Amino acid sequence: MQEKSLADINERIRDGSARVVTAEEMPDIVDELGLAGAVREVDVVTTGTFGAMCSSGVFLNLGHSDPPIKISKALLNKVEAYGGVAAVDLFLGATQPSEDRGIEYGGAHVMEDLISGKQIEVDAYGAGTDCYPQMELETSLRLEDFNQAIMVNPRNAYQRYNAATNSADRTMHTYMGTLLPRFGNIHYSGSGVLSPLSNDPNFDYIGIGTRIFLAGAQGYVMGSGTQHNPQNNFSTLMVTGDMKKMNNRFLRAATFHKYGPSLYLGIGIPIPILNEKLARSTAVRDRDITVPVMDYGIARRDRPSLKMVSYEDLKSGMIEINGNEVSTSSLSSFHVAREVALTLKQQVEKGEFLLSCAVEPLSRVGSSRPMKQTKESPNVGDVMSRDVVTVREDIGVEEAARLIVGGSFDHLPVISRDGRLMGIITAWDISKAVAGGKSSRIGDIMTRRVYSVKADEPIELAARTFDTHSISAMPVVDGDNKVIGMITSNHLSRLFARRR
Amino acid sequence: MKLMLHVAPGIVRYPVIASVILETGALLNIERASIDAVSGEIVLEVPQDKCLVVKEAFERRGVKVVPLEIPVIRDENECVHCGACVSICPTSTFRFEDWRVVADSGKCIQCGACITGCPQRALKLVLR
Repeated sequence: MQEKSLADINERIRDGSARVVTAEEMPDIVDELGLAGAVREVDVVTTGTFGAMCSSGVFLNLGHSDPPIKISKALLNKVEAYGGVAAVDLFLGATQPSEDRGIEYGGAHVMEDLISGKQIEVDAYGAGTDCYPQMELETSLRLEDFNQAIMVNPRNAYQRYNAATNSADRTMHTYMGTLLPRFGNIHYSGSGVLSPLSNDPNFDYIGIGTRIFLAGAQGYVMGSGTQHNPQNNFSTLMVTGDMKKMNNRFLRAATFHKYGPSLYLGIGIPIPILNEKLARSTAVRDRDITVPVMDYGIARRDRPSLKMVSYEDLKSGMIEINGNEVSTSSLSSFHVAREVALTLKQQVEKGEFLLSCAVEPLSRVGSSRPMKQTKESPNVGDVMSRDVVTVREDIGVEEAARLIVGGSFDHLPVISRDGRLMGIITAWDISKAVAGGKSSRIGDIMTRRVYSVKADEPIELAARTFDTHSISAMPVVDGDNKVIGMITSNHLSRLFARRR
Repeated sequence: MKLMLHVAPGIVRYPVIASVILETGALLNIERASIDAVSGEIVLEVPQDKCLVVKEAFERRGVKVVPLEIPVIRDENECVHCGACVSICPTSTFRFEDWRVVADSGKCIQCGACITGCPQRALKLVLR
């Protein structure tokens, strides 16, 4: 098997004779020339991705003021930066919303403004010590005014990412964008064929210290990222780079509606074709990379997976779910991912970007376990009332009124002959019917679009449903949609009062 | 061609659209209608050759008519061609062409889904 050394390849990059292709071009080259031929012909394959990378931030050093200040809290354009690191070091996180504009302007927007040459307003509050007496200061700074602006991103460049859809009957606004009700669309993220980690899933090249393209600057891999999970092909990278050298073409602030700010970041890694193993892994195609389509309509950690699809399927624009064609689109930009890979290709060709030898390989084992929760939160079944009075739709309004007055709820679930939930009637519905002179059957005035909850769901879910739909009570149903109890906002407030 | 009708409160109870269809014989398609206590907005698709007579017929009935020539505009400096607007549009206004998002503005009915759906805040409705 033919082998090349990294030194040989760097030598060719320096004298401008290296043969560089993008990861989009590589599969056809390997098909045509075979692995050995590809190793002979290709020196470097460039990859690229450009998408929302929430887990990003920057360390900023402001320099010392006179009199000096030990900053405990700082606002940058009204976005709070963490001040619990020494006196004038701050960490600004991408997803931090601002105090004045909320989620429409956040940490990511401050970063984009700085890189675009804009001046930002700083409000700093001090702890007040003998050595740092200053309590408060205001100043205006540009990127060049900081001693250092070092980006440190705990989790970037996911190898691949779950696609998202929504089974619920309302639109969900998520970090995977707008998800229309009843499987109205599918959103996905990641560049597939160009994804850096999908082109080197076994870390034959990428490791600690690997030089990368980070938003236009030359950055480095610090190690595996948080939630790194290579066993399941969900590897991540922790990366760093000098923000002063970044380009706002590849670093863009974003806001996901009703979710929050995020940062779109361009990352590329050039992979040397040292041997057939690397030629094979960089020949990966969209159809070889598969992800589950997850149902974000279920607001639980373990969202159900509906089916496995490939990036080829996702990029086709249409995927079949339960017999229906569902339109797909991406949240990350393949257009800019290509630009990252092409820019990197040109930099390597011109001898401006050399490849590096990793200090240590990335860990082959990661951890993305669920949170250990020591304080168990009750489920709906633990707090609901079981003595629920249900009615059939053919009873009259007067009888329903009597049942409400005699019972403990002002809501009556309406059930079918076999006990399944059909609707709900409230004291308000009855008052309205009586006031309008339309005293008739319950079936004519009940609400048929009734929200319900299951006994094994956490109370937080019930509370959110109450809040979202401005309702105060819901029937609790079993797997067959049969009513087994009732939960009201009174149950939740009682629980809250007792906890305090 | 799409027309946006601004309907005043007093007219809402009168069958304006039906009477304009009967008068002009134009095949009007109601693409969006939102009417509340104080006003109403209706977007109609009108055949090109009947556009002028339909517009005049509505105006005679006291309805303000705005042709939606460019219903939605995009800030080219902000757009990163991600595609978040593509699958949420009910009328397929946006599509990919070699991974650049291209817009066929003529299809837009100004529902606004893409405005909040765009993470880069690159889209705006043209309101007149």
